[in-house]
Amino acid sequence: MRLDPRVSQAVVLSLLWALTGFTLLILIVIIVNISVEGLPRVSLSFLTQPPHDMGRSGGIFSTLVATAFITALAIAVATPLGVGTAVYLTEYTRESWLTRLIRFGAECLAGVPSIILGLFGFVLFVLKLGFGWSVLSGGLTLAIMVLPIIIRTSEEAIKAVPEEYRVVCCSLGLSRWQTIARIVLPSALPGITTGVMLSVGRSLGETAVLLFTAGAALRTPVSLFDSGRTMAVHFYILAREGISLPNAYATAAVLMFSILGLNLAAYTLMQRLMRRFS
Amino acid sequence: MSPKGIERLLLALALSSVGSLALITFFIFWEGLPLILTTGPGDFLFSTHWAPTKDRFGIGAMIVSSVVVTLGALVLGVPLGLACAIVLAEFAPLRLKQLLKPTLELLAGIPSVVYGFLGVLWLVPLIREHLGGPGLSLLAAALILGIMILPTIISISIDSLGAVPDLYRDGSLALGATRWQTVTRVVLPAARSGIITAIILGMGRAVGETMAVIMVAGNALSLPASLLDPVRTLTSNIALELGYASGRHREALFATGVVLFVIIMILNLTAAAVTRRR
Repeated sequence: MRLDPRVSQAVVLSLLWALTGFTLLILIVIIVNISVEGLPRVSLSFLTQPPHDMGRSGGIFSTLVATAFITALAIAVATPLGVGTAVYLTEYTRESWLTRLIRFGAECLAGVPSIILGLFGFVLFVLKLGFGWSVLSGGLTLAIMVLPIIIRTSEEAIKAVPEEYRVVCCSLGLSRWQTIARIVLPSALPGITTGVMLSVGRSLGETAVLLFTAGAALRTPVSLFDSGRTMAVHFYILAREGISLPNAYATAAVLMFSILGLNLAAYTLMQRLMRRFS
Repeated sequence: MSPKGIERLLLALALSSVGSLALITFFIFWEGLPLILTTGPGDFLFSTHWAPTKDRFGIGAMIVSSVVVTLGALVLGVPLGLACAIVLAEFAPLRLKQLLKPTLELLAGIPSVVYGFLGVLWLVPLIREHLGGPGLSLLAAALILGIMILPTIISISIDSLGAVPDLYRDGSLALGATRWQTVTRVVLPAARSGIITAIILGMGRAVGETMAVIMVAGNALSLPASLLDPVRTLTSNIALELGYASGRHREALFATGVVLFVIIMILNLTAAAVTRRR
């Protein structure tokens, strides 16, 4: 007996909607749980006081400083590399074996798991170059991790700049570099910013890379060569060693909302950019 | 700076991603390969005896665990992810799609340590009480990873479904097919390579994930006999022991990294090949 196609469509569709609902439910439960358990404990003093007693009490100030320090370094290194790559790929070459190699490299790099990057940063920066467990080692390794994100978003942003802009510049006698520096890059800036924001979000949540490159010292890092424990690493240690459930939740709330906020802002910015050029 | 100089500088920046990838490959193999060769590749890959203090390094059990955990994650992640993608790309009203797609992509922003943390708090006790065993288990790791790979599967699948021309759908509907028949017989086959890419990349994410797995998998060294047994994956083996390993023990962890790296690269290359064929 064959089922009426319309009946089977109705059955399958309700199943698919149920699965979609279930997926959304998982997301909602995670966000609500972290908010309810964590947010009430987040206060100004939690953010501005250093952790006491391994994090059992006190705040997360030193981890905020370490996170900011390491992330800033990673972005400062990765942005010129990523934007430069994107400019080269879009404005200076035609498709060739070289551009395919560069794109392929970026794609593969995006797929390298963070624990491999951690191993690499550990052997190159921590041991061979003698930077030790430090902000410098952590920041440089993270820069490699976020490089593909910045390349991809910058490339999209630069491609979205209308061709007429370049034609007009050319007819006014501007050189290729002047066109890029004064017209193309400023127009693509919101898109590039999006990539930077996504990269910051990715860096905030990273643990495996930093555990073996930046270490887990709870002191506030003051130089590039100090070890620093980021928020995500702090949360991992609090949770895994069962040091303090309430503080773990509160740290998770700060971590998660910073990342979600950044991602949301990046998304909105990208939408606005796309609308402007289409 | 001369135009030629600028172009050279940009090319140098553009080679950063390929260069990083080459450095990573070089250092992981340089540190790990000697141990694989002295232990004997067969012994290293297939022996399940891992005892660093007795100079015994066999990662057979970890390879099996990584494979089984990843397959388990696919069993959960692929149907859920595809259901979401099909609903959003083919059946949801545009407004709802515009709201839900970014929302589901937010799942990707939640750091892996948060997934691990909630896994320990909820999933592990649930498994221990209702199914038996220690709770920290292969099953727990597979379920958490299944959720973590959803954003990868959903967003790539939606994009590839969206790339199928509407003419195909119109043609099918005009022939009297229901929308569900159109999806299964026209749209899905046309988007096949994109969906396969999505699954392969999701697989890569699952194989490479570290922190969440460490927290919920139990990390036992033996070969798992059931889904409820604790397991140690390739990634967790590296992360658990790198902090204190030295000498041949450290080399063995890099050797574990070599195996992981090769698996990931095979997955990435397969995904790239599938995409290119389209």
